[in-house]
Amino acid sequence: MTPYAVKLAIRHLLSHPGQTALLMSGVALGVGVFIFMSALIGGLATLLTLRTVGSIPHVVLEMPDRDPAILVPQSGAQVVLQKDLSRREQIAIWQPAVPIIEAERGVTAVSPQIRGSAYVERGQALAPVGVIGVMPGKLSDIANIEAAIVDGSSNLPTDGVLLGSRLANDLGLRVGQVVRLTSDRGRARSFRIGGIFTLGVASADRQAVYMDFTTARALFDLPTGISRIEIKVKPATDAAGIAARLRRSTGLKATAWTEDNSQLFEGLDAQARTGIIIKAFALITIVVGIASAMLLSIVRRQAEIGIMRAMGAGKRLVVSIFVLEGTLIGLVGAVVGAGTAWIVLLPMPPVAEVQSGGLPIDRAQGDFLLAITLTTLAAMLASILPARRAARIDPVEAIGS
Amino acid sequence: MSEEPILSVTELTKIFGEGVAETVVLKGVDLSMMSSEMSALLGPSGSGKSTLLNILGTLMRASGGSHEMLGVDLMQASEAKRTEFRSKHLGFVFQFHHLLPDLTALENVMMPAASAAGRETRLMRERATELLDAVGLADRRDFRPVAMSGGQRQRVAVARALINNPVLVLADEPTGNLDRQSADQVMDLIRSINQTMATSFLISTHDEHIAAQCPRRIELLDGRIVRS
Repeated sequence: MTPYAVKLAIRHLLSHPGQTALLMSGVALGVGVFIFMSALIGGLATLLTLRTVGSIPHVVLEMPDRDPAILVPQSGAQVVLQKDLSRREQIAIWQPAVPIIEAERGVTAVSPQIRGSAYVERGQALAPVGVIGVMPGKLSDIANIEAAIVDGSSNLPTDGVLLGSRLANDLGLRVGQVVRLTSDRGRARSFRIGGIFTLGVASADRQAVYMDFTTARALFDLPTGISRIEIKVKPATDAAGIAARLRRSTGLKATAWTEDNSQLFEGLDAQARTGIIIKAFALITIVVGIASAMLLSIVRRQAEIGIMRAMGAGKRLVVSIFVLEGTLIGLVGAVVGAGTAWIVLLPMPPVAEVQSGGLPIDRAQGDFLLAITLTTLAAMLASILPARRAARIDPVEAIGS
Repeated sequence: MSEEPILSVTELTKIFGEGVAETVVLKGVDLSMMSSEMSALLGPSGSGKSTLLNILGTLMRASGGSHEMLGVDLMQASEAKRTEFRSKHLGFVFQFHHLLPDLTALENVMMPAASAAGRETRLMRERATELLDAVGLADRRDFRPVAMSGGQRQRVAVARALINNPVLVLADEPTGNLDRQSADQVMDLIRSINQTMATSFLISTHDEHIAAQCPRRIELLDGRIVRS
């Protein structure tokens, strides 16, 4: 690659500004499609993940199933396994586990909970609910209840509860009213409704009832143990690895959110693959465009190439000139396309704030540098074959033509 | 002036195609040229003038015979060696100027030297300016070919042929595309360069008027030299 080759390549591009601009716009368009697809598909994945993981725990720790070990290995013997239901499923000794979990890298929130089924009575109406007893200050650690309150406040006194808005609607309940809850342990107690929330998740809005940790202990007859420990991690995609480590360090059953949402991942995967195909086609279009433009240019400049070869220019000089021209078209087109895409995507709202009907475009996932690199490489590759063909031009034939 | 032979070919043949399509264009050409010589190569169309020029210019290989120039056996030399030889010792002027349209007159004159060196140097620029001055186009040095007349372009092409100080310039119908006045200007230029720079010229032409301006006449007929 000599300075003279660079000079001739740039001179030719500048001498035909219209043609050069047209080629570069074609490349810019392809790069724009590439970046737009990356940003859109990345943004969609982020949005779906955010919506899915936003109000659910990323890892749930529970007591492992206690199935008796089989002591009769001989074949022919019939073994009947009876699930051990003689004791309540609870994490009896949980306090020592909390600091271990909090120390785990990636864990951002730990919420020990008392959980149980109950029903709410109001007049002749009954509604089944899932009660969640949370420790003071940990109400919004898993689902952001405080931000979801639509009526009343998020304070949880010992005689207060927070209800989902659908449940409140079904039973015609309002803040300040008193409801009676009966737990599946047969204990009943009256509560004052302190607040009503809308999480946007139907099951939670219809069935979840939040109450104070100690109150829940009494209601569900759990004087010392707890039902489960819910955990938030960051990034949410690391949940499976963290769950595996917590399983080893605590001996508890750890379930990552990814295990219960495999369909989401399959969907995201399929979406990513579609994106790759579209991006590949954008690159192929660029390659075909540049290769055909270079071939045409070589046919048109046959006599020029012939004369250069006749005057002692080596094949390498000819190859360098054409590869450089193709690469420059790719590089400049890609930078212009990426710059334009950057500006066009600037007014897009952050993915988390996208309204329904809007496109969830995440500019940070636009793969700008990758698009520029791949396009430049593709342009270079696209011009190699035409360039080699140019170098093979026979000066005698070219000059005679 | 003591003249030394710079070029000699003996029994040179050139065959195109194979089998029934075989065409013998050169049928045993013997020719030698001296330093500072200016010769006209005459012959009707199809007599093999261009083929002979292409072979002497190392743009094409002969099918048989010997081809030596400045002590180098060009029949045996590799393609890279021939390209290097061509760029160092030979100059070309064609019927069509074939200037590179993107370059100025000065850059066109520098092109053969810059291609070989991989860059344009100050020395090349000086030499090219001198040559443009010699062909009377000093004031056109920054013009592109499209802004020049046919005669001016051909004079730039002559200057370009001289940039590497060639021993021999091969000119294939250099005035074939020009009007009489421009043709005479180009021939005057060639004659004066031949005299001042001691460069040899071999000029193929149909034109008796051009041939008459050359001290030596070489006539080619049907692939053989009939008068030299």
